[in-house]
Amino acid sequence: MKYVVTAGLSHPAARLTRAVSDYVMQVYGVFCAELQKVRHDPVELFTRAVQPLLWLLLFGMVMLRVSGLAPAGMSYLDYLSAGILAQSVLFVAIFFGISAIWDRDLGILHRMLVSPAPRTAIVIGKALAASVRGMLQGGVVYVVAGLMGANLNLSPLNILGVMVLIGLGCGLFATLSLSIACIVKSRERFMGIGQLITMPVFFASNAIYPIALMPDWLKTVSTLNPLTYQVDALRALMINGAHSQFGIVYDFAILTVIAAALVLLSSRLYSRMVA
Amino acid sequence: MGKNGKEPALDVEELEKIFGTFTAVDKVSFTVDKGEVFALIGPNGAGKSTIIKMLTTLVPPTSGTAKVAGYDVVKQSTEVRKNIGYIPQLVSSDGALTARENLLLSARLYGVPRLEQEERIREALDFMGLGQFSDRLVSSYSGGMIRRLEIAQSMLHRPSVIFMDEPTVGLDPVARKAVWDHVRELRGKYRMTIILTTHYMDEVEELCDRMALIHYGQIVAVDTPAKLKEGIGKGATLDDVFSKYMSNFEENSEGGNYSEVRRNRRSIASRS
Repeated sequence: MKYVVTAGLSHPAARLTRAVSDYVMQVYGVFCAELQKVRHDPVELFTRAVQPLLWLLLFGMVMLRVSGLAPAGMSYLDYLSAGILAQSVLFVAIFFGISAIWDRDLGILHRMLVSPAPRTAIVIGKALAASVRGMLQGGVVYVVAGLMGANLNLSPLNILGVMVLIGLGCGLFATLSLSIACIVKSRERFMGIGQLITMPVFFASNAIYPIALMPDWLKTVSTLNPLTYQVDALRALMINGAHSQFGIVYDFAILTVIAAALVLLSSRLYSRMVA
Repeated sequence: MGKNGKEPALDVEELEKIFGTFTAVDKVSFTVDKGEVFALIGPNGAGKSTIIKMLTTLVPPTSGTAKVAGYDVVKQSTEVRKNIGYIPQLVSSDGALTARENLLLSARLYGVPRLEQEERIREALDFMGLGQFSDRLVSSYSGGMIRRLEIAQSMLHRPSVIFMDEPTVGLDPVARKAVWDHVRELRGKYRMTIILTTHYMDEVEELCDRMALIHYGQIVAVDTPAKLKEGIGKGATLDDVFSKYMSNFEENSEGGNYSEVRRNRRSIASRS
């Protein structure tokens, strides 16, 4: 008695089509609602754009004077801009879970969970919206780095690749954040853990210095860090003359697998949040 | 009730929920007929909200079965979700969105066909008297307006059963009366079955066909308000009924625990 035949939709193919179109509409609904919230209150977008700007302008300008940080044939600014892009996306995504705790403290989470929308549709919709925020951040980094004279690759295909990478990275860290939120369930604990995670993820990666400069133990840690693969591919696509260390396809594959696993994990945890 | 041949809107048998060593709901059984307005009454912590959470598929039961609109809450949870509306005690409209955006989100989550979405939203807004405020952010709404919007959200997909958890808590008398009128209309115009929890005896008197009194996770009485009053004696009120069945509740659960109190007060504060 697991499958219920709905009148008028008894044909399996028709049922499947209906299920797929419902799923797409559910993802789209959650996605739109999240973006409408940003549109009603865009202040946050601007304040968030300040941080990557400071990294490029202050940190970048000083470190530009240190020789040997960037691989041969690249200025440190070129090297840094991809790392800062990834970092600003990470910072947007990692605090994403707090909205789920807000939703739970109100009744908005309950409202989502009593609807027939599968949990994955809700989580994917939210993660996609986080990706759009990430892309706006990315746009800021492109403009500032370009104005500062970074050797950006502006071919449409590369920019498309960068957008997909931002989407993947955002999806990955936003769902990680959501999973943490579902486990800790309180804003205070979440803020603590969010801070605790961001710094190691950022520093144990190739975002602002090459892995080759790290001590051996940190090298090992950095190869387990998804941000490393995101930055590796971003750099190769974003900067003229940069090369990927692991191979772009490999980077994409790793990020996709981790993001998919986290979507499934957070979807499972999400429905337990009301209990 | 429910034994006149047609299937009841709600059929609950031996439903039980145990959290750790605490039995929140202790094998309750009851049925609700289609088109009834049915109230669950009891002190804080009696298990009303847990029953509602099990019937709305938010929390799985430890044992027992429940059928809502003919579907099993465990085995056919998606079908149940398609056929119910739920208005939680906490605020379930997103304050950072307008009323129209909130309704559009609900329409999409419930798979309302795209061509019908706009008309259904307009109809729900008009029905709830919110048409002229539909493009204002919900954070600027009064408590009564938010409640009306939540009812609009929950009726958009034409559910056959609507669950309301303390629908009028924190509302002023005028707003309460408006909610009551809408509940009656939902039943009258759309033939919906309504299950609500409340602490207000006047609400039961005004709205409900039958009521279940819940105490320590058990149903201690189910009947019409009139019959329950008769059972107490001539001239008895529902308050007398409540006192009789809940005789020893005060010492144990006066007003719920800290987190419940905090939640209730906050939800009231954010509504007014």
